[in-house]
Amino acid sequence: MKADVFDIIVIGAGVVGCAVARRFVLEGARVAVVEKADDILDGASKANSAILHTGFDAPSGSVELACIREGYREYQKIHHDLGLPIDNCGAHVVAWNKDQEAGLQAIVDKAHSNGIGEVVQISKPELLGKEPNLDGSAIAAISVPGEAIIDPWSAPYAYLQQALANGGEIILDCEVRSGKFAAGEWKLDTSRGAIRGRHVINCAGLYGDLVNRSVLGESAFNIMPRKGQFVVFDKAAAKLISSVILPVPTSRTKGVVLFRTVFGNLAVGPTAEDQQSRCDASTDEGALQALISTGIEKLPALAHMPVTAVYAGLRPACEFKDYQIDAKPAQNWITVGAIRSTGLSGALGIARYVYDLYENTMSKPAHSALSKPVVPRAHVLAQNANRDWKQDNHGEIICHCELVSKREINKALEGPLAARSLAGLKRQTRVTMGRCQGFYCLARLAQLTNGHFKTPVSEEVNGG
Amino acid sequence: MVDDFLQGGADNIDVAVIGGGPSGLAAATELKKQGVSRVVVLEREPQAGGIPRHCGHPPFGMREFKRILSGPIYAARLVENASAAGAEILTSTHVVEARPDGHLLIANAKGIAEIKARRVIYATGVRETPRSARKISGDRPLGVINTGALQSMVYLEKRKPFARPVIIGSELVSFSAIMTCRHAGIRPVAMIEARHSVTARWPSSLFPPLVGVPLGMATRLVSIHGDDLVNGIVVENPNGVQRRIECDGVILTGQFMPESSLALCGHLEVDAASGGPLVDQFGRCTDPSYFATGNVLRPVETAGWSWNEGRNTGRWVAADLAGDLTVSHEEILITTNSSLIKYFMPQKIVLSRSGGGMANLQLRFSRSARGELIAGNSDGVVWSRKLVVHPERRVLVPLGKLFHDGIIGRIELTFRETQT
Repeated sequence: MKADVFDIIVIGAGVVGCAVARRFVLEGARVAVVEKADDILDGASKANSAILHTGFDAPSGSVELACIREGYREYQKIHHDLGLPIDNCGAHVVAWNKDQEAGLQAIVDKAHSNGIGEVVQISKPELLGKEPNLDGSAIAAISVPGEAIIDPWSAPYAYLQQALANGGEIILDCEVRSGKFAAGEWKLDTSRGAIRGRHVINCAGLYGDLVNRSVLGESAFNIMPRKGQFVVFDKAAAKLISSVILPVPTSRTKGVVLFRTVFGNLAVGPTAEDQQSRCDASTDEGALQALISTGIEKLPALAHMPVTAVYAGLRPACEFKDYQIDAKPAQNWITVGAIRSTGLSGALGIARYVYDLYENTMSKPAHSALSKPVVPRAHVLAQNANRDWKQDNHGEIICHCELVSKREINKALEGPLAARSLAGLKRQTRVTMGRCQGFYCLARLAQLTNGHFKTPVSEEVNGG
Repeated sequence: MVDDFLQGGADNIDVAVIGGGPSGLAAATELKKQGVSRVVVLEREPQAGGIPRHCGHPPFGMREFKRILSGPIYAARLVENASAAGAEILTSTHVVEARPDGHLLIANAKGIAEIKARRVIYATGVRETPRSARKISGDRPLGVINTGALQSMVYLEKRKPFARPVIIGSELVSFSAIMTCRHAGIRPVAMIEARHSVTARWPSSLFPPLVGVPLGMATRLVSIHGDDLVNGIVVENPNGVQRRIECDGVILTGQFMPESSLALCGHLEVDAASGGPLVDQFGRCTDPSYFATGNVLRPVETAGWSWNEGRNTGRWVAADLAGDLTVSHEEILITTNSSLIKYFMPQKIVLSRSGGGMANLQLRFSRSARGELIAGNSDGVVWSRKLVVHPERRVLVPLGKLFHDGIIGRIELTFRETQT
């Protein structure tokens, strides 16, 4: 389908693929991102806890830690220019029993050895002074002031938008089936025809091992999807906490977190459920109820708060406890696999790590970093930001709960990253994500999106 | 910018009514009739009229106009009456924040503005509980919607989201969902209800629409399935036996909750049981410049009932503005520990020298039961009555029987169930 040869083909438009594409475009490469779904962020990246981690509790010496630290640093550096939100709210790791309290010192030590120096243990009165709504059964805590909350969707959109604005390309509905490498060039066979590039970077997330097998014939890791369910409470609940409330982690999971979102809600999650399916993100009444109970145990006032939304996401874990980032210099192939639960925090760091790997191990084509890259501004969706509804001439407020304007909706339906499903439109505008979940605005949306979605919200009534 | 919003100015408003449905329009109309000079209705939809606007079927209007009208015609009449009485109706205008002492942050296509009203009336109505808050298991495909969204799609946009849905619930609105489906050529494959009997009172007029829709009682929705679109649901009977129903949509009807988000996120106290603002017998909130009326007080009554409440609230607010709603500072709280009592409203009474206010305490129960409803205070039983109660059916207790001169403290409600 493409006659020309790209320097880099990125497989997968999740948060990692978007960040990798941006990095390579900024370094002057000709980049195409191929995505099998009809919208970006359709796999693991569509649901997470939206926290920008410092890496205080990441495995010491791991690639994951290095990427999170670099990702954190770069996000803090670029978010202002890209117009991306951040709430540097900090976090508290709270011990609710003696055993957990006994584990706190080790977490502080690890944080310090990971290079996050401002992490300190605090007493119960200090904790309750900062978080007065927490249940009084908390014993002690660790303060991690660097942890922050960000927008899990506008960040990767902004990364890819910057890639596109500087010459990158996105090809949707494009599933990679197989490929051949000859004379320093890949020819990937996709559902939209052949596509040629000198290097391939596999960022296929939940399908990373499958892509390696179907193209390279082997994979050094096996994706073992881990489902996480979340409950989002009404915006009225957000005032109940000021920081992210983390539990003392176990060897297997970081546990159930209470966090605010930049959209002004409070959420509880995730669960950690190992499963075979790479696409089953179903929710379960029992698990949701258990999350709500956990939330109420730690934050009793939640008992009176309505539930706004529930969701589930899949983390691309594997049998190893670190990212699986691996270069095959003889084949011009880099695998970015098993970016388990920290992809949002690590993405920008992963992108740099991958670029360094590429520069150090492969004979790169002649390109040099852009001297004055275009810096597009992200669409502003954070609760306290200068949202479109506050501006003149936005047309009309369509989504009452999330205050989404007609102008915002129409804009999200245009351009190379146009929303092609209601799910995509939600990520780009927040329509129907509020407390009524579409009771008031779904009919208007059905009419406004008519002709835009592959699976439409509604059809015309015959002779209506 | 403010002038664009309100030609008569933004700081000389006597009463701002949030929500232009039956109760809000009735309140505005009554306020004007009582001689209040500036009454502004703030409606966020492009047209005022509220929920009846998208109920394209009768019966509406018996109480108000002494004739049976369809929802949209009824809604249009209410708007006409309010305008004719002199109320200013601002459509496509949101109240984003409600602040102490009648300060409102409002927004529309022209931008944002702050206005100040001497009194504010919350008349924001109710909505149905969405899928998320029902915590239903399964996938999250398109085509799982509330009756309200279905009605707007069918009657306002002439569109339909599915062809063969299952209707969940058997409240009055569930039958409205059937009528809406029939209007659009949608053929529901079943109506299921988790309880053992139909929740709605059984008006015979609702039988004909049911023809051809199998009704499954004691059938609980367990999970929803489908990738992009719904392809089926799994239901369960009381013995735990599950079966699958093939369908392409799910209509989640009823389980109404007050649209009280402005209060929840603002300064007014919200009653956890009713879901609406905590009010006294005049519908007055914890900030005395705010009143609430209609379905935001509690889920859920008919348009006619809400209209009547709105009209009464208009009178009380007019009296308050005139300084005639003289009350003492003594409050009597109404409380209950009974899990059978789902909610009651009002939640408190202020001793009023001028009398008036709501005639009845309104209650709902969480399940069917037979027994005695008792109101007591520290001196003993104040009032009691033998009752058979059902979920989603109103029970009224005359407030005049509960309170008399000299009573102080609190009233505790209990329900003594008769063993059967």
